[in-house]
Amino acid sequence: MNTEITGIIFIFLTTLVLSYPLGKYIAKIFSGDKTLLDPVFNPLEKIFFRLSGIDASKEMTWKQSLVALLVINAVWFLLSMFVLMCQGWLPLNPDGNPSMTADCAFNTTISFVSNTNLQHYSGESGTTYLSQLLLMLFQFISAGTGIAACAIVFNALRERTADKLGNFYNYFLKSCTRILLPLSIVVAVILIFRGSPMTFDGKDTTISMQGDTLNVSTGPAAAMIAIKQLGTNGGGYFGANSAVPFENPDYLTNIVENASIFLIPAALVFALGFYLRRKKLAWMIFGVMTVCSLILIAPTVYYEMKGNPAIEKMGISQPLGNMEGKEVRFGPAASALWEITTTNTSNGSVNSMHDSSMPISGMNAMLGMMINAIYGGVGVGFLNFFIFIIIAVFISGLMVGRTPEFLGKKIEAREVKIAMIIFLIHPLLIMTGTALASGLAAIDAPMGWWYAGNATGWLNNPGHHGFSEMLYEYTSSSANNGSGFEGLGDGNPFWNITCGIVMLLSRFLPIVGPVAIAGLLAQKKYIPESSGTLKTDTGTFGMMVFAIIAVLVGLSFFTALALGPLAEHFTLFAK
Amino acid sequence: MKTNILPAIKLTVFCMLFFMGIYPLLMLGIAQLAPNHGKGFMVEANGKKYYENIAQKFTDDKYFWSRPSAVGYNAAGSGGSNKGPSNPDYLKDVQGRIDTFMLSNPGINKSDIPSELVTASGSGEDPNLSVQGAMVQIPRIAKARNMEEKDLKLLVEKNIEKPLLGLFGTEKVNVLKLNIELNTLNK
Repeated sequence: MNTEITGIIFIFLTTLVLSYPLGKYIAKIFSGDKTLLDPVFNPLEKIFFRLSGIDASKEMTWKQSLVALLVINAVWFLLSMFVLMCQGWLPLNPDGNPSMTADCAFNTTISFVSNTNLQHYSGESGTTYLSQLLLMLFQFISAGTGIAACAIVFNALRERTADKLGNFYNYFLKSCTRILLPLSIVVAVILIFRGSPMTFDGKDTTISMQGDTLNVSTGPAAAMIAIKQLGTNGGGYFGANSAVPFENPDYLTNIVENASIFLIPAALVFALGFYLRRKKLAWMIFGVMTVCSLILIAPTVYYEMKGNPAIEKMGISQPLGNMEGKEVRFGPAASALWEITTTNTSNGSVNSMHDSSMPISGMNAMLGMMINAIYGGVGVGFLNFFIFIIIAVFISGLMVGRTPEFLGKKIEAREVKIAMIIFLIHPLLIMTGTALASGLAAIDAPMGWWYAGNATGWLNNPGHHGFSEMLYEYTSSSANNGSGFEGLGDGNPFWNITCGIVMLLSRFLPIVGPVAIAGLLAQKKYIPESSGTLKTDTGTFGMMVFAIIAVLVGLSFFTALALGPLAEHFTLFAK
Repeated sequence: MKTNILPAIKLTVFCMLFFMGIYPLLMLGIAQLAPNHGKGFMVEANGKKYYENIAQKFTDDKYFWSRPSAVGYNAAGSGGSNKGPSNPDYLKDVQGRIDTFMLSNPGINKSDIPSELVTASGSGEDPNLSVQGAMVQIPRIAKARNMEEKDLKLLVEKNIEKPLLGLFGTEKVNVLKLNIELNTLNK
C-alpha cells in the first residue's frame, strides 16, 4: 500500500489506542486517586495552595466555580495586555522587536486566553521571547481552564443529588501540572532531539551556498510547540506554524505532533467512562465522534492526493497531489489528516496552508469547526458534545412520548433552553461576522481607521474562494480554533476587533452554559433507571446524536458553504 | 468575587514561575544534550555551516533547485502563497514557472515535471524534493557540469531518504545535501 496512506492510518489508530489508558489516568486525577506523579506534585501543590490562601479541599457550587474561572481569566487578560503592549522595552528581546498596537494586543490576548490562538501577527517579528513565553503560559492555563470546566461537568453527572461539585482551583492546577506538563515534556524532548530549536539566542545569519545572506529565526520553540499541540491551542512559534521545518522537522515529529493534537480530547471521552463508571456511554460518544471524523477525513485525503484539475490541464504531473502550500516531507495525505484533526479539535495549528487546499478540504475543515465537538478542544470539546446530547435526549424524549432523562436526571425546559441558546450562539457569531465582512467587501467600502484601503483589499483570492476566506476566519474565531485561510489580510483593527469579540463570546458562553446545565441537573433528584428509561448508551442513541449534529449543523451552515467552497469546487471540476 | 481576586493573582504567579520559568529552563537543559545544543541541525561543507532543514535559494544551472518559496526563502518570516486552487492569477504564476522550467531544462518532457517544482511550499523553507523532482533536473546539471547523467542518477539514488521505517510517509531527497555532495563530486 502507498506509504502515505499507511502513515496516516498509523497516526490515527495509534492516537486513539493511546487515548484509552490516558483517559483512565485522567479519571484518576479527577477523582483524586493515587497516581505515579503524586510524590512530585503533592508537596508542591500543597505549599502553593497554602501561599495563595486557597483551600483546595473545599468544594464549590457550580456558580462559585464559574466565578472563580471568570475572575482568574480576567487577571490573565490584564497581564497579557500589559506584556504585549510593552514587550518592546521588557527583557528577553534580542531581535529588538517592537511592542504590539492596542488592537493587535487585544486580539492576541483574547486569542490566547480563550485557547484559540488565532494569530494576526507573525511569531518571528511580532513578538519577543518574553511574549512567546507568556503565550506559552496561556497555552497551559487556558487548556487547564477547559479541562477543569469539563471535570466540573463530569462531577455533576454522577449518580447522586448534590450542589457541591469539586474545587475549580484544584481541578485547574492538577490539569496543568499532572496532565499537560508531563506530556509536554515528553513531546518537547522528542522535538528537540529531532531538530527543533530550544535556545534563547537571537536570529542567526548564515551565508547560503550560492552566497546569499540567509536570516534564520530560532528561539525556545520546542517547549512551546509541545504544549500548543497538546492543549489544543495551535499558536505557532513561527509564522507558518508547523509547516516550518524548525517546528516540525520530519515525519516522526509529524506523527508525534498530529497525535498530540487529538490525544487529550479523545482521552477525555474515556475519562468520562471511567469516572462515571459508564464505559458504554463513553464508547457511544467515542463512536459518534470517530465516525464524524472519518467522514470528514476520507474525502479530504482523496481530493488532496488527486491534485488540482486546473494544474493537471497544464500538462505536468502531480504524483504527490495538490502541493501548493504543502511540504514534501509530509505529503498531501498527512497534510489532509492534520487539516481535519486540527479543525475538529479546536487546535488550529497547521502543517500546510489551508487557504491553498482543495475546496472540499477547506469545507471539511470548516465543518469540523462548525460542529466543534468531534473530540473537540481539551475539555470544551466534550462540553459542546454535551449540548448535542441534551438536545438529542430532549428530541428523542418527545418522539417516544417520555420525560427526557439523562443519567437519571430529568431534562426540563430550562436545560433545553440553555442548550439551544448555546448551540445557536455559534452560527449567530459566524454568520453575523461573515455577513458584515462580505457585505463590506461587496460594496468595496472605504474602511478608514479600521483598515488601510477599501474592503476588498483584505482578500488574497477573488470569487468564491475570497468569500471562503472570510467565512473561515469567523468560523475559526468562533470555534476557538485559530487556524486561518491565512491569505486574508487580518492584521488590522477591523479583523483584530471583530474576531476578538467573537472569540471572547464563543469561549466563555459555551463554558458557562454546559456547566450551568450540569449544575442544575446535579441538584435534581436522582431517578434510578427503569425499563421506561430512554437508554443513552446504545448505538441507536448514538445514531440519534449523529443525526441531530448533521441536521443542526447542516441547517445552520449549508447556505454559507454553498456560496463558498461548494461553488468553488463545482467551478473547478467543471469540464 | 472579591474573595477570588487575590487567590487568582497568586495562583497566576505560581503558574508563571512553573510554566514560564521551570518548564522552559528544564527543556533548555535537556537541549544541551541534543545535537548542536538545540540550535537546529547543521551540515558542514568546506568549513561552512548550513542549516540542514532550511531551504536555500538555488538558481545556478549547476545546482539542484529547491521548491519555489512565496517568501523568498526568508527563514526569518516563513509563509506560503495562500493562493486558492482556482485563483486565475495563481494559475498564471504556475504556468509561468512551468514555462521558465522548460526553458532552462531543454529536452525534458513537460509531463515529467512533478507539481512540487512549480508550486510554493507551505513554509517557504521546504528543504526537500521528491525523487522525481531531483531526477528531472539531471540533464540540465549534467550539461552545466559536464558530467555523465548516469553518475548524477546514482548520486540522487544514494541520497534518497526512505519513508519512516520504510512504511510511513513520503520518499524524498534533501536538496542542500544533494548539492553539497555534487560539489565534492565535481568542483
